[in-house]
Amino acid sequence: MFKARITVTLRPSILDPQGKASHHALTELGFTSISSVRIGKFIEMDIAAGSVDAARAQAEEACTKLLANQVMEDFHIDIDEIVST
Amino acid sequence: MSVRFGVIVFPGSNCDHDAYHVAKHVFGQEARFIWHKEAELGDVDFVIVPGGFSYGDYLRSGAIARFSPIMKDVVRFANSGGLVMGICNGFQILCESGLLPGALMRNESLRFVCKNVHLKTESLDSPFTQGLTSGEVLRVPVAHGEGNYFASDDILDQLEDQGRVAFRYCNENGQVTKESNPNGASRNIAGILNEGRNVLGMMPHPERCAEAILGRPDGARIFTSIVDALSVGA
Repeated sequence: MFKARITVTLRPSILDPQGKASHHALTELGFTSISSVRIGKFIEMDIAAGSVDAARAQAEEACTKLLANQVMEDFHIDIDEIVST
Repeated sequence: MSVRFGVIVFPGSNCDHDAYHVAKHVFGQEARFIWHKEAELGDVDFVIVPGGFSYGDYLRSGAIARFSPIMKDVVRFANSGGLVMGICNGFQILCESGLLPGALMRNESLRFVCKNVHLKTESLDSPFTQGLTSGEVLRVPVAHGEGNYFASDDILDQLEDQGRVAFRYCNENGQVTKESNPNGASRNIAGILNEGRNVLGMMPHPERCAEAILGRPDGARIFTSIVDALSVGA
């Protein structure tokens, strides 16, 4: 069993008004060293697969078909094997 | 012969009854609801994918509805030349399904915008707009949080070169200005056509302003255009 941790973010070229508004609020709070904020989605999935590569392939297909809209979003996948204790 | 309207109903659709009402009671045509779990549209001449919040807008607006069983037949119907109109959430669903290019992003203001806007008619070359006049200004309400039309510059150029921008946000005098853009949409785009010009997606709600009792019935101009186009073709 594998755990996929996926982040979906707006493409860098696309204005992220949520990130911009949050950045503005952080600056108001005194976080003046933070120069940019982008907001995205975090998705966690458990995948039954025979190998890391097979799990990654499934996660990638899930992202392409549903979880991310590649017209405006990019995705990043991290996979870890779940070790039962 | 009357036009047979089919109105798709998803869990969370909330403009389905408005669309049905306009088709059936205002225009006196045939209309029926089609539940999203149905596999086939049946005998219809015109499909409306209505507004609302299908699947609660979970993940992305329209992203999950696009996989509802009925959407396969909507895509088949559209690809065989059938007329399909997506309004608001319906536009988002049609983009997600690939019937229309681009995507609808969160409004630039981050606010849900609910107000009357003005639309400049940009293309008369479609069944939806053939009865309008070039540059005709319609006043139609919008009500959305994610109506910020986005597509790559190549796609936007292509839409413009092929005359597939149906409507643009404008002021009451028909001038396309930044101030008249309610959501930050690329090039003020409010509605677009597919390549075959038989699929229209638009954020504004013509079904909410299609009878005089509700004020200026500008939305009726679009429905009149549709009914006339289909009645002539019959």
